[in-house]
Amino acid sequence: MSLRIVVCVKYVPDATGDRHFADDLTVDRDDVDGLLSELDEYAVEQALQIAEDADDAEITVLTVGPEDAKDALRKALSMGADKAIHVEDDDLHGSDVMGTSLVLAKAIEKAGYDLVITGMASTDGTMGVLPAILAERLGVPQVTLLSEVKIEDGTVTGRRDGDSASEQLEASLPALVSVTDQSGEARYPSFKGIMAAKKKPVESWDLEELEIESDEVGLEGSWTAVDSAAQRPARTAGTIVKDEGEGGKQLAEFLAGQKFI
Amino acid sequence: MAEVLVYVDHVDGAVRKPTLELLTLARRIGEPVAVALGAGAEATAAVLAEHGAVKVLTADAPEFADYLVVPKVDALQAAYEAVSPAAVLVPSSAEGKEIAARLAVRIGSGIITDAVDLEVGDEGPVATQAAFAASFTTKSRVSKGTPVITVKPNSAPVEAAPAAGAVEALAVTFGALATGTKVVSRTPRESTGRPELTEAAIVVSGGRGVNGAENFHIIEALADSLGAAVGASRAAVDAGWYPHSNQVGQTGKSVSPQLYIASGISGAIQHRAGMQTSKTIVAINKDAEAPIFDLVDYGVVGDLFAVVPQLTEEIQARKG
Ligand SMILES: Cc1cc2nc3c(=O)[nH]c(=O)nc-3n(C[C@H](O)[C@H](O)[C@@H](O)COP(=O)(O)OP(=O)(O)OC[C@H]3O[C@@H](n4cnc5c(N)ncnc54)[C@H](O)[C@@H]3O)c2cc1C
Ligand SMILES: Cc1cc2nc3c(=O)[nH]c(=O)nc-3n(C[C@H](O)[C@H](O)[C@H](O)COP(=O)(O)OP(=O)(O)OC[C@H]3O[C@@H](n4cnc5c(N)ncnc54)[C@H](O)[C@@H]3O)c2cc1C
Repeated sequence: MSLRIVVCVKYVPDATGDRHFADDLTVDRDDVDGLLSELDEYAVEQALQIAEDADDAEITVLTVGPEDAKDALRKALSMGADKAIHVEDDDLHGSDVMGTSLVLAKAIEKAGYDLVITGMASTDGTMGVLPAILAERLGVPQVTLLSEVKIEDGTVTGRRDGDSASEQLEASLPALVSVTDQSGEARYPSFKGIMAAKKKPVESWDLEELEIESDEVGLEGSWTAVDSAAQRPARTAGTIVKDEGEGGKQLAEFLAGQKFI
Repeated sequence: MAEVLVYVDHVDGAVRKPTLELLTLARRIGEPVAVALGAGAEATAAVLAEHGAVKVLTADAPEFADYLVVPKVDALQAAYEAVSPAAVLVPSSAEGKEIAARLAVRIGSGIITDAVDLEVGDEGPVATQAAFAASFTTKSRVSKGTPVITVKPNSAPVEAAPAAGAVEALAVTFGALATGTKVVSRTPRESTGRPELTEAAIVVSGGRGVNGAENFHIIEALADSLGAAVGASRAAVDAGWYPHSNQVGQTGKSVSPQLYIASGISGAIQHRAGMQTSKTIVAINKDAEAPIFDLVDYGVVGDLFAVVPQLTEEIQARKG
């Protein structure tokens, strides 16, 4: 039987660009280029490796996001995923993590799955909680923050390097896995992959198709509210000295002045 | 006065500092009721009481150690149902965030993660967050349900505020999902004797410029002269020069110490995301154009192999 893998990928503003908020305090997507969240490339990579080791597997990449989010799906397809689902609806604008996770959960259930793989955190919201929420909503084991993952005989095993210990985890499929950037470098799409991706199917679903009411998502349906967003004042220019042999001593003088010594 | 649940992060009864900071913040909103789970839970009561906990709900069961995250969610939910709190505060560790997140879905509440401050607002607690690699500061609140908020280390002072801290056993029934993810084995991280990276008042970090694992002792010596924690950039970690658990940045630890010293680190956006909220920033880099210098209070353009040992020596001399 085929192993059905769904990989959740997010389309995010480029972190090296000038990211900021729009007037309604949601992320401004017009002024900064978007791309596939770099941390989700690791999720796609692990899906590809798991599929290569399986007798028969199919990888679906899934995103919830605006029209341009198709770019993120194309990138994942060109890396080697088989097909893509784009959940797109004007009413999704401004969804918080609860709204987003509801949509992802419904879409994953509709697509059918044995294994869901996500990144460890997005590079814009960086909450790092969506995977756990998704596991809760789907009612499957969470095997999260893995730096190493393996699927064998319907069991997922992996290593989680936590704050105080390194743990070896195990769960039965269906399950949700999130992987860290320690799980292994993501491959670059080949020219062949890029060409093949153009022919791969990308389905578009809206809220109606997922039987989600518009007031369950978007800014209105959010369970959190942002009241203000202010750019941090630029740090006042610091003192910069060139080391002419006394740099360490000068720095010690500064630290002493600040009472650190 | 409304009660506020505070999830306790402890190791065999030793309460970690971020939890004591949470108690300071919880007291702004109401009366802290602490929830301590696992081995040594009852031993946490004394220090929690000293810092303002009116009650300490405890539970221990093998499930907490043998399975990932969910048993703790079941317990926190039991505490939530027993208390009907005005808010639930959890330390922003990787595990803490996952526990908070699952609780929030279950109780139909919004969640805010990585708050760096909390104040009382007309419509419930208002959380300050740092967004986009800390280039923005936002103020948010939970608009549905009971606010579930995770708070970063070093977000509030630890203050003594003696309270009753009466220990009460918490009755927990584990749900079907609790035993979903088995912890097959656990290898504790070896203690270096240095302060915990996320909690340290001073962090000394090394990057690609340190040029080899064998040179990291220069960074460690400086750290030890200041009683600091040691951090590393991802480039240094990926090269195998220092453990990943010491990585500072977007995919490593996020630190907010009084003093951050970066040596041989260029200051890429992903590194900045993890240290930009440090109070005082110092850098040593031989490239005057390195972006890290845009952030510093004091920078030395020079070779770290000359500057860092001289600095360490000078600190030791001054300490006598
Ligand atoms: C600066 C900022 C602050 C925010 N603060 C909050 C807050 O406090 N509370 C709140 O409820 N919401 C908040 N949001 C909104 C929230 O980030 C997004 O709604 C949401 O997509 C989930 O959170 P995340 O992107 O941080 O996910 P994370 O939990 O960091 O993402 C983990 C993984 O989930 C998957 N994933 C996440 N989003 C999608 C998607 N749209 N499509 C497919 N896969 C996805 C990816 O695999 C990703 O690697 C914030 C957003 C921003 C930009
Ligand atoms: C998704 C993603 C997540 C990431 N997460 C992180 C993260 O969590 N943390 C992180 O740090 N990075 C992270 N990175 C990597 C980040 O983009 C940079 O590549 C990394 O921070 C560079 O490390 P560095 O500054 O040590 O190395 P470099 O950028 O190579 O800089 C080395 C610096 O050392 C200086 N130098 C060299 N020799 C000397 C000397 N003898 N004396 C003084 N100075 C010297 C050089 O002038 C240079 O400025 C992430 C990247 C991605 C894509």
